[in-house]
Amino acid sequence: MESMNVLNSKYEPVIGLEIHAQMNTASKAFCGCSTDFHSSPNTNICPVCLGYPGALPALNEMLVDSILKMGIATSCRVREESIFARKNYFYPDLTKGYQITQFETPICHGGFLKINLKNNETKKIGITRIHMEEDAGKSIHDFHDDSSLIDFNRCGVPLIEIVSEPDMNSVDEATRFLQKIKQTLVYLEINDGNMEEGSLRCDANISVRIKGDKKLGTRTEIKNLNSFKNVSDAVSAEIKRQISLIESGEKVSYNTMTYNAKDKKTTATRSKEEAHDYRYFPEPDLVKVKVTKEKIENIKSILPELPEQKVMRYVTEFKLPSADAEEISHDKDFAGYFERVVSELKLKNENNYRTAGNILRTDVRKVLNDRKISISEFTVSAKVLAGLAESVTSGSISASASREVFNEILFGNTDDEQIKILENSLKKYSQVSDTGKIESLVKKILEENPEEVKRYKIGEKKLAGFFVGKIMQESKGKANPKIVNELLIKNLED
Amino acid sequence: MAVSIKDVEKIALLAKLKFNEREMEKLRGDLNKILEYIDKLNELDLEKVNPLENINETENVSREDKVKQSMDTELALSNAPSKTGKFFKVPKVIDK
Repeated sequence: MESMNVLNSKYEPVIGLEIHAQMNTASKAFCGCSTDFHSSPNTNICPVCLGYPGALPALNEMLVDSILKMGIATSCRVREESIFARKNYFYPDLTKGYQITQFETPICHGGFLKINLKNNETKKIGITRIHMEEDAGKSIHDFHDDSSLIDFNRCGVPLIEIVSEPDMNSVDEATRFLQKIKQTLVYLEINDGNMEEGSLRCDANISVRIKGDKKLGTRTEIKNLNSFKNVSDAVSAEIKRQISLIESGEKVSYNTMTYNAKDKKTTATRSKEEAHDYRYFPEPDLVKVKVTKEKIENIKSILPELPEQKVMRYVTEFKLPSADAEEISHDKDFAGYFERVVSELKLKNENNYRTAGNILRTDVRKVLNDRKISISEFTVSAKVLAGLAESVTSGSISASASREVFNEILFGNTDDEQIKILENSLKKYSQVSDTGKIESLVKKILEENPEEVKRYKIGEKKLAGFFVGKIMQESKGKANPKIVNELLIKNLED
Repeated sequence: MAVSIKDVEKIALLAKLKFNEREMEKLRGDLNKILEYIDKLNELDLEKVNPLENINETENVSREDKVKQSMDTELALSNAPSKTGKFFKVPKVIDK
């Protein structure tokens, strides 16, 4: 068989994603039970979510508002009237015997999101539909050999399912799209983006075809991918498997696959064909959802700023380079912190905005990465960081000294302590320890006095005093003589 | 549209029910009778009639997003044929 690289350029994968996102409502989709993830097992349950006979569902209005936000943010069309349907199947984690979902009339459909590609181009990924549904309970299989344990807390938790068009042609595009969906959901404040806790899950539909072919190959579906790494690894593994099959003259057959992260392989589930007969029919216990034009206008008016809008604003209002704007706004909370720093700046100008952005992108980011914390756990106040940025922009300390000051500020536990450290270290670094600044002074004086340098180098060591005097004069007495001495000797002896 | 024994078998499988041959045959007869009865509708011209999705023709019945008191776990589990601690215990089914 040819090498995988050759094959990768011969074949083109076609990928579509189905993303389930939990809406962060306080109560469940159709009953008043709490959606709290951390509650102890089987405490957030009632006759409705346990599927007791005669119990009736009542739609959570927040679910409708949330899905409309996502639909509008992704340029979907909104159906004026949509209904719920029953998807019938037997599984112990869903006691009713059916899931309440939307089938023929998803409330939102026909939208798109743009993703940024590696080569700085953008690509439009179509969104086929977004519909409302409820989650099932959680099964624990590895506790007993012959039985499973069920926790129904998650049963009835509101989800939206976002189905994309098969518009992605690489693993990279698929993960970027998922990232974009997550970012949009988090910006809209309708989902917490937490894949570990299952509030964002993904199924991937994959097929491959010879590059240039119009016809799609037979697809397979990988279920329940719950991290970005899993999505990227599983999709890669499945593309490889399908290419190998085709290369060895076999055919890809439609299958539901599961991904095993241990051996990085996808395998077909043993599901019987009958299992896919869901016998959808209109849910008789819920009336239709009507969305008026006023409702849509109302949602539009409360829609928060979206990622693209934020990037645009940072570029036009703060004059940030678009790559910087992109980086800062990637995470909504991080961008929020940046905006607080900006609002604390005494002098609102481009240089200060950019310096503040630089400190965030480098020094703050490094602390977050090193300590594995999120920006909400970062303890330096926006006011202190604004002060630091302004000292750099005004030239009272150098960019390299700024890093030293920043590292000292980190030791401050309270705002007051941090402000004190900032003040003290600004004095210290602007006076003595800004070696970068002193070194440039040293170099300047040496360049201006070539005769003396020559004489020093052939042995007239007492000229050192002459240079020190000149440098101190140039720095208006602020340079630390000790450091001046060290740097002077270093530069002269080079 | 006549119901075959194969159809009955499939419906039984989906409903997780088991029948012997005699019961299957009886069900096939019953199901055919029901379909024949429903078939009467085909005598009418329904071309321009929208399907009735809900007998209740109201719209937008919803509730505020407020948490209400849930059931007591003990009470919920008291109906379970089998349980372990705070969990419902069911026969193992992995393949979905």
